[in-house]
Amino acid sequence: MKLLVTFSRGKGRGPIIAQVVRDTGVLINVERAVIDSSEGEALIEVPDDQCKLVRDSMTSFGAQVRILEHGINLKESECVDCGACISVCPREVFSFDPEWKLAVDEERCILCGKCIEACPHRALTLPL
Amino acid sequence: MHKSIEQINERIRDGSARVVTAEEMPSIVAELGENGALKEVDVVTTGTFGAMCSSGAFLNFGHAEPPIRMERIWLNNVEAYGGLAAVDTYIGATQQSDTLEEEYGGAHVIEDLVAGKTVELRASSRGTDCYPRRTISTDLELKNLNQAIMCNPRNAYQRYNAATNTTDRTLHTYMGMLLPSSGNITYSGAGVLNPISNDPKLRLIGSGVPIFLCGAPGMVVGEGTQHSPAGGFGTLMVTGDLKQMSQDYLRAATMTGYGVTLYVGLGIPLPVLDLDVVRATAVRDEDINVDILDYGVPGRSRPVIRNVTYAELRSGSVELNGEEIKTSSLSSFRKARQVAAELKGWVEKGTMQLSLPTRAIDPAKQARPMHQTAKGPRVLDIMDKSVITIGETEEIRTAAKKLLKGETNHLPVVNGGGVLVGIITTFDVSKAVANPGKAHFVKDIMKTKVITTTPDEAVDIAVRKLEQNNISALPVVDAQHRVIAILTAMNLGKLFGGRWLK
Repeated sequence: MKLLVTFSRGKGRGPIIAQVVRDTGVLINVERAVIDSSEGEALIEVPDDQCKLVRDSMTSFGAQVRILEHGINLKESECVDCGACISVCPREVFSFDPEWKLAVDEERCILCGKCIEACPHRALTLPL
Repeated sequence: MHKSIEQINERIRDGSARVVTAEEMPSIVAELGENGALKEVDVVTTGTFGAMCSSGAFLNFGHAEPPIRMERIWLNNVEAYGGLAAVDTYIGATQQSDTLEEEYGGAHVIEDLVAGKTVELRASSRGTDCYPRRTISTDLELKNLNQAIMCNPRNAYQRYNAATNTTDRTLHTYMGMLLPSSGNITYSGAGVLNPISNDPKLRLIGSGVPIFLCGAPGMVVGEGTQHSPAGGFGTLMVTGDLKQMSQDYLRAATMTGYGVTLYVGLGIPLPVLDLDVVRATAVRDEDINVDILDYGVPGRSRPVIRNVTYAELRSGSVELNGEEIKTSSLSSFRKARQVAAELKGWVEKGTMQLSLPTRAIDPAKQARPMHQTAKGPRVLDIMDKSVITIGETEEIRTAAKKLLKGETNHLPVVNGGGVLVGIITTFDVSKAVANPGKAHFVKDIMKTKVITTTPDEAVDIAVRKLEQNNISALPVVDAQHRVIAILTAMNLGKLFGGRWLK
């Protein structure tokens, strides 16, 4: 299950992800993280059955946690099946089916957004 | 054996013509042999669907009361050509909106018209005795226009070179998004289904030949602009009635950071007259080669990284220097198939008959580069040859003195042989003085990653380097990487002396 964790990094804040890993013993896979001096956002993947445990632990450290149920959103009416998105995706979310129609493996998506600007037809959007 | 165009049209009329797509043809030839295929197949349909920037449409609005001779014209804030008097215009696909810039352009206006949407026309004029009106503003739909004739000067490229990027930053090009360090390869073209690739000698494709254009019956006007079949890059000028076109085969698009373009679906039916046609239409993706070019080089002669076939490009990855690099198509093979299939249906049903060119297109022409009477300014024209450098083993104090004495903000750092090894700025020196620490020598504080230029580089390219890296000076180096001059933002002022601005 994918979780989007956002936290502020004021004075006295500890390393949240490391602490959660130590406290819960769950091995968190960090798929993507943007952390600067004042705030951070990380997309993490955890086993489904340990999701609640991680989520509660993160929240207790002051982080906001949102479960990401959807990957990138493809608007079929705009897509022309060109495949411009295929090679820019770091996770191989996109491929062609045998009929050269674009196939999307939503599960693999880490919402990095690279494909959004690569799509000439503005057919890809982030889920709300 | 030879079949005449009349025989083929007769079969089309009585519904007995055997029509196949160019994708089906190679296996038919392999199975039946060339003579067998000639006997069996009457028409091969081709198709392509991709970004064709050189596209647009002539529009006629009819006269207003009082009438106007439109001189400046906008459609949904996209400027259209105003030099055709009085109520005619040409809307070009890549023209961008004055307000929405690359998110909306001429291609979007054309798609909106085809989709039946309302488009706002605004125009202005000086006003004349015969055309007194000075401005007009009205909402129009495609059905309100007398004519809407698509006329695309350069479509249906025979093939197109693939693209990669060896620089360390992402490039935004008409070949799409190119990741740094050859992180991906992009390509365009329908390969096996491409019209000219199935008739490279241009025996069948020429002026007056009927085609499928964006879902409507259209026609080849003649050779396209920049037509260069000698090197395998033939193009076509084509026309068709916008009023009969379909959004299924006409789509506006934006290549982020590059601009607006129009995706055009185009197919040409080829009559199978003789064995030469059979052989030409038996072409496969494996037989069509293109170069992968390095778009990291911002000049006309981009280095060839390697040569590949469409089969390799379409396989999903291509090997570059021992690494499998993922490929992306910018054109749609699925849509190209749909074009060829729909065109096949038209010919089978007899709604489109074939004809031979009324005027042939030169199959051996070679497009030339621009004849430039004046070369643009180069770095050597404006660079500062009295560059002051400093040795890497000098003390920071010495650097501070040099900066003061030379009244400059940048000191290229050189080794004993005069070869560039780094750069320091007034900021680096001030920082070292304000925070005295372990740094004593120039080499302790210099930046070793230096962006440079060369004397013969175009100033426009040097300026892009300054902008992209947010810096204000470029050391000018020779082939041995020795510092021979410096180009600073101040030197650019020389450009405004009038010598280069005519």
